Amino acid sequence: MSKKDLGLLILILVVGAIVAIINPRFLLPINLANTSNLIGLFGILSIGQAFVIITGGIELSVGSLVALLGTLFIDFIAVRGMEWPLAFVLILLLGAIIGLAHGWLITRLKLQPFVVTLCGLLIYRGVARFYTADGTAGFAFGQNFPDLEFLTAGRSYGVPNSFIALIVIAIVMWVVLHRSVFGRYLYAIGKNEEAAKYSGIRTGRIVMAAYVICGVLTALSAIYFAMYTRSISPASHGQFYELYAIAAAVLGGFSLRGGEGSLIGVILGTVLLQELQNLVNLLGIPSSLNFAVMGGVILIGVLVDQQWGVFRARRLMIDAARKNVAGAPAE
Amino acid sequence: MNYTDTTIAATTPFLSLENVRKTYPGVVALDGFSMEVRPGEVIGLVGENGAGKSTLMKILGGVTTPDTGTITVDGNAHNSLSVEASLGSGIAFVHQELNLFDNLDVAANIFFGREPLRAGPLKLVDRARLREMVAPLLKRVGANFSADTQVADLSLAQQQMVEIAKALSIKARLVILDEPTSSLPIAETDKLLDVIKALKADGISVIFISHRLHEVERVADRVVVLRDGMLAGTLGKRDINHDQMVKLMIGRMLKEREKASEAARAPGATALAAKAVRTPTYPGRPVDLDVRRGEILGLAGLVGSGRTELARVFFGIDGSLGGTLELDGKPLALGSAADAVAHGIFLVPEDRKLTGILLDFSIAQNISLPNLPAHAKHQLVSASAETATAETQKKNLGIKAPSVATRTGTLSGGNQQKVVLGKWLAMNPKVMILDEPTRGIDIGAKAEIYGLMRALADAGVAVLMISSDMEEVIGVSDRIAVMHEGQISGILDKDQFSQENVLLLAVGKQPK
Repeated sequence: MSKKDLGLLILILVVGAIVAIINPRFLLPINLANTSNLIGLFGILSIGQAFVIITGGIELSVGSLVALLGTLFIDFIAVRGMEWPLAFVLILLLGAIIGLAHGWLITRLKLQPFVVTLCGLLIYRGVARFYTADGTAGFAFGQNFPDLEFLTAGRSYGVPNSFIALIVIAIVMWVVLHRSVFGRYLYAIGKNEEAAKYSGIRTGRIVMAAYVICGVLTALSAIYFAMYTRSISPASHGQFYELYAIAAAVLGGFSLRGGEGSLIGVILGTVLLQELQNLVNLLGIPSSLNFAVMGGVILIGVLVDQQWGVFRARRLMIDAARKNVAGAPAE
Repeated sequence: MNYTDTTIAATTPFLSLENVRKTYPGVVALDGFSMEVRPGEVIGLVGENGAGKSTLMKILGGVTTPDTGTITVDGNAHNSLSVEASLGSGIAFVHQELNLFDNLDVAANIFFGREPLRAGPLKLVDRARLREMVAPLLKRVGANFSADTQVADLSLAQQQMVEIAKALSIKARLVILDEPTSSLPIAETDKLLDVIKALKADGISVIFISHRLHEVERVADRVVVLRDGMLAGTLGKRDINHDQMVKLMIGRMLKEREKASEAARAPGATALAAKAVRTPTYPGRPVDLDVRRGEILGLAGLVGSGRTELARVFFGIDGSLGGTLELDGKPLALGSAADAVAHGIFLVPEDRKLTGILLDFSIAQNISLPNLPAHAKHQLVSASAETATAETQKKNLGIKAPSVATRTGTLSGGNQQKVVLGKWLAMNPKVMILDEPTRGIDIGAKAEIYGLMRALADAGVAVLMISSDMEEVIGVSDRIAVMHEGQISGILDKDQFSQENVLLLAVGKQPK
């Protein structure tokens, strides 16, 4: 765990302690379970976003994708009577294809990630609304999928299974990002795509793969969100979720220029965001201020981080200058 | 001095430099340099790459401060110029890379930031007045386009006219043209030379910097030759000719070259062959070139002659627009640098920090990057394998760093270059391309890099070295190919090596 991650963890604990002192209900099992469920849902989404941001890209369409893929999933199993495992795989596949399309437009046709995914944001929202004729996708009365419901919205030993899913995914993705060849390539591309290319890395393919991973994880979280809400009105479902995911990554130490950030960071970022949401509810802050609180905290967090970086760079320079004066001139 | 134009000789100089010296850490860029420029005089300024021309320009532009010496402009003596003082005294620059906004029209560019405004609180631009102001300027430079043409629609020569018109608009008394013709086709060049003559007729001085010596011959009243930061000589109008300039540019006699083991080095089979390859920069100029196993082929030429562009094609970064590449006699198709690396064709690029290494990565991470799967088990990177490879390279190359986990960005230029070399040496090079491998590197590290190149060649690798350093090209290469405007103008064998021959080929003439 880096110093940055540690700082974030301490912040989470301090905020948690303050909220718990003011309103002890924060520590009630039911509140912790609810919050960790939301952490699970948003965490999966944010990990996907993190893989794109590490390459220096951005994926703005995930909120709309959560709506579209969630709608399709419910439609497949509730209306069309598809076996849920089949629908599950189909939705993940669809997420992968959409990710691949975004990656292809960005790497092969050299479109800007912001533009491609902004168009995606508009298109998928529109398609989702059209698909349900602006109605609501939901289950009929008495329709039950016990296995699916257990896996997505159920609990094991009081811990939401969505949270457990996040832990499993986080461990796998931590290995991918921090230990695998592919992960190293992602960092290399994010730090300096030209130099990566000149080292013989097929940068286009790697970036495309990052968008595919983001698409699959978004699809997975779309299923989780769908089973959590159990009914979806595509006009508003998943709105601003891309911003939650981006905010979690930024809070977690990711640079939007790419090449920086850790998996633990994005998880902690998600935790802090959900803790803040919870704080707004528990402390009786008007829920209309929700976004303002989140924005304020992110701004302060990024500001502190950046100033700390400037301070450290200056100290390093002063140290180096001292060493030079003492002898042993640098080349 | 030898003025033929007595009217010019009679006037007091507009600009004079006396004993100007400028040093950078480890390098004397200018040493006791003196020159003067009189009103209405066209000075040709020539010299090899690295002779001190750019330092001189920076001093005149007020971008850098000389260590010692006096600069007298219009009768006022200064120790150094500031950017404002340079502009204020009427010194204007037209750089090789033009500084125009190509999304604006000609008039807006010429008076950018100084537009005439209409009365009233809105401060709107007075288009009519602007046009009136621009018209005479365009006429003076002989422009055949109107003030409201978009700059993007102009040819390069026309854009240069806009730059010159801009210089005139600030009442320039000395216009410095830095390699203005290097990117122009012949017909366009003539137009530009006419503009220079028109400036001269108006009493404006011109310093014309160019590698194209025959153009200097045509317009210059006097030629100032720089060599190794010093004034190599001045040629008066009557003495300006190509051979005189080349002689002054090279000056010193060639050092005795080491001939050790030369006989033992029989040329090997052709490793990399280019047949009528066309680079995107010079699509109309096919290149044929063979790089043989066991040799160091020096690729010389002036800046902009297309050497780096050729290297990019060999390394798969740019596609060839025609022709074929062959490796060991078999056709070679390169879709990306990854393909080239897979075939054992490696490039040490010119711009180390931008393309050679990742400054934020450690030495070990940089060295393993092109061959990462070999340092991994089941797709998981093995830090110990990376460290082992890096330690070997660190030892063999003598990379000076606390450990292989050190961030590469903290190393000196020479050590960074060794990291770039290390990542390729850790693999199995067949063809090694080095683009300006010793630029910005201290002398000790230079010698080590020469030794490495020789060791590679002795091991049967085909080495292609691009270099603008004449002594390096002649001292290190087994053969020298010279490029001129996108094409190979000639290949010199060892017995034909001389600075003069390289320079003659570089400016497109036949060697002696």
